[in-house]
Amino acid sequence: MATTLDTPRVPRPTSRPRTGWDAYSVTRWLRANLFSSITSTIITLLLLGLLAKMIVGFVQWGILDAVWTVPGNDTGACRAARGIGACWAVIPEKYRFILFGTYPYDQQWRPALATLLFIALFYVSCLRSFWRRELILVWAVMLSLIGLLMWGGVPGLEFVSQERWGGLPVTLVLATFGLAFGFPLGILVALGRRAKLPAIRSLCVLYVELIRGVPLISLLFMASVMFPLFMPDGVNLDKLLRAQIAVVLYAGAYLAEVIRGGLQAVPRGQHEAANALGLSYWQKNRLIILPQAIRHVIPPLVNTFIAFFKDTSLVLIIGIFDLLTTAKTAIVDPAWQAYSVEVYIFVAVIYFAFCFAMSRYSRHLEMQGKRGT
Amino acid sequence: MRFSLQDDQFRGLLWQIAVVGIAVGLVAWLWSNAVHNLSVRRISTGFAFLGREAGMPIVDTWLAYSPRDTYLRAFIVGVINTLRVAVIGVVLATIIGTLVGIARLSSNWLLSRLAAIYVEVLRDIPPLLQLLFWYVLMQGLPPARGAWKPVSGVFLSNRGLVVPSVALEGGQFLVIGAAVLGLILFYLLRRRLIAQQIRDGHARRIWPYGLLLVLILPALLSWLLGVSWSVTLPELRGFNFVGGWTFAPEYFALLLALVTYTSAFIAEIVRSGIQAVPRGQWDAALALGLRRSFVLRQIVLPQALRVIIPPMTSQYLNLTKNSSLAVAIGYQDIVSIANTTLNQTGQAIEAIALIMAVFLTISLGISLFMNWYNARIALVER
Repeated sequence: MATTLDTPRVPRPTSRPRTGWDAYSVTRWLRANLFSSITSTIITLLLLGLLAKMIVGFVQWGILDAVWTVPGNDTGACRAARGIGACWAVIPEKYRFILFGTYPYDQQWRPALATLLFIALFYVSCLRSFWRRELILVWAVMLSLIGLLMWGGVPGLEFVSQERWGGLPVTLVLATFGLAFGFPLGILVALGRRAKLPAIRSLCVLYVELIRGVPLISLLFMASVMFPLFMPDGVNLDKLLRAQIAVVLYAGAYLAEVIRGGLQAVPRGQHEAANALGLSYWQKNRLIILPQAIRHVIPPLVNTFIAFFKDTSLVLIIGIFDLLTTAKTAIVDPAWQAYSVEVYIFVAVIYFAFCFAMSRYSRHLEMQGKRGT
Repeated sequence: MRFSLQDDQFRGLLWQIAVVGIAVGLVAWLWSNAVHNLSVRRISTGFAFLGREAGMPIVDTWLAYSPRDTYLRAFIVGVINTLRVAVIGVVLATIIGTLVGIARLSSNWLLSRLAAIYVEVLRDIPPLLQLLFWYVLMQGLPPARGAWKPVSGVFLSNRGLVVPSVALEGGQFLVIGAAVLGLILFYLLRRRLIAQQIRDGHARRIWPYGLLLVLILPALLSWLLGVSWSVTLPELRGFNFVGGWTFAPEYFALLLALVTYTSAFIAEIVRSGIQAVPRGQWDAALALGLRRSFVLRQIVLPQALRVIIPPMTSQYLNLTKNSSLAVAIGYQDIVSIANTTLNQTGQAIEAIALIMAVFLTISLGISLFMNWYNARIALVER
């Protein structure tokens, strides 16, 4: 396999010239990075050809021949361009529904504001100067505020049942509340898995392995069809809440494994020193062990969060209106049925923006960790 | 142990009794509710329903199946469908992921940038969205009449991918069996030859033996037995294809989504694995005058594998679990069939228990295999 590919070189070759863009340094850079050998030259030329073809094709389809707006619901222009150009007109027509679902139209500033609050919350949590105990308080306040905003029911805000929630806020709610409740659960389970008490340890192992061994879909099915069977008569939880419980249980198991890794990285001496000070088990973990353990695993925690941010999209299968489901529903409309590719690209960009920002952040943290700050 | 709250052991015991008590109590409470609810809804428990006629059509199957078969058979078909997408997906994702991971480290700037874009884009889009996207693109392909023909005999249309087929019967299976046997023999022989090389230092050509055992001898057998390898080219009749092997669009879209998504992760694993090999290994090998591709294959990758295997295992598990997304586009894997069963019979607990059992078994299988492999390639310290 390696013979056809240009083989990796460690360390990286001469990087981009830093001083000026004179002809000499540009040629040198090109020679070093694109035309260093015959194989490399062939690969460069092939890739350039392929790239040119793809970019030209995409520009043709997505920009030059695309239809950007249509009058009213008349998709004639789009039908005319079918197969040649994209019909971006579907986005301005449907974006309110894709982003906010069936939330009352004149109230949609509320989910919009909630989305901004979520982003602000993530941003604040990413700042190192906020990595303190008070952050828990910030989360509690913000999440209650978001709940208040979405539900309403106080003077000035009319009540909106969660059956009408939809779109991006639902995705964010599932992921964020999954993290908010899954995290403490994960800590408890991780501690339990490392406890000296065999019964507790085996219960925790059972929980983690059972959840991690099966797909999230089966947990969601369980939440949607089995949960009602397990409840006494008359108790009927809302569908979104049931899915949320499944996501929390799922997140808890994965987070527990990450946190366990962090716990293992805390040196024995820390335990012994804490014991020597006469701290109780909970004091020891709360004050000494967990703060160190969690700091160790912040980058993998962010990665886990990215993973289940994406995984929340699976609620589509049990019919909860998250971002992906609203996108899929938006194109059920016969007039716009043919333009699903455009809608999926739009939604993909949103998911990508969130995940890419988080993965950059996690990369940045790893770099900092390597430099030892 | 003293019976006092000051005693560590005693406290531990109390904690365990409390936690186990709560867990058992919770399960018992849920169970009693379930028993009550099931009796109210007149749903019988147990797996007796597996013997009943399923009555559900399964379109894309390798095993002979008709709607008049039992639920058990439907489940088996589902398991096979899950396995055939997972196994091929794992193989393809590994190949593509490894190539992309190596490409990311290429000294060719353009190649490494493109590989990085591949990874970043595919990794950050939910697999379900990718699946729906590919599926929509599949459906947007021309109908069977106007199918694309990249090579003669291969058709790509909204009916899926149709490729020429080979009739497989007794004789053909015998020859294939001989080739597999040859492969095993070749593997054993290779081990012996390498052991000899380590002992006396003479490099030996290994590939001619492989050619002989895997290709030439089976071909000879095929010629002696007079086995005919008749290839059936698919033909367009009416609105569909006759003959050839068909990969349904659902299967193809699912495979594509799983491979694109997982290969992005595998690329990152391979990249960091290769980077974890100390530079001195490259320098030393190059100083011996070895070729770069040889160094990569024989010196760096084997060492990188030790770093690569554990995270790779979890990617394989993820791919297998993600194959359950099939239910979203109607590819009938085990989850989809269990879901239909559940809707038809109301046997929710049994259906979900079956899904869980299947996935736990597959997960356990992959873990065991990868742990064995990991132990085999682990560093043997002097």
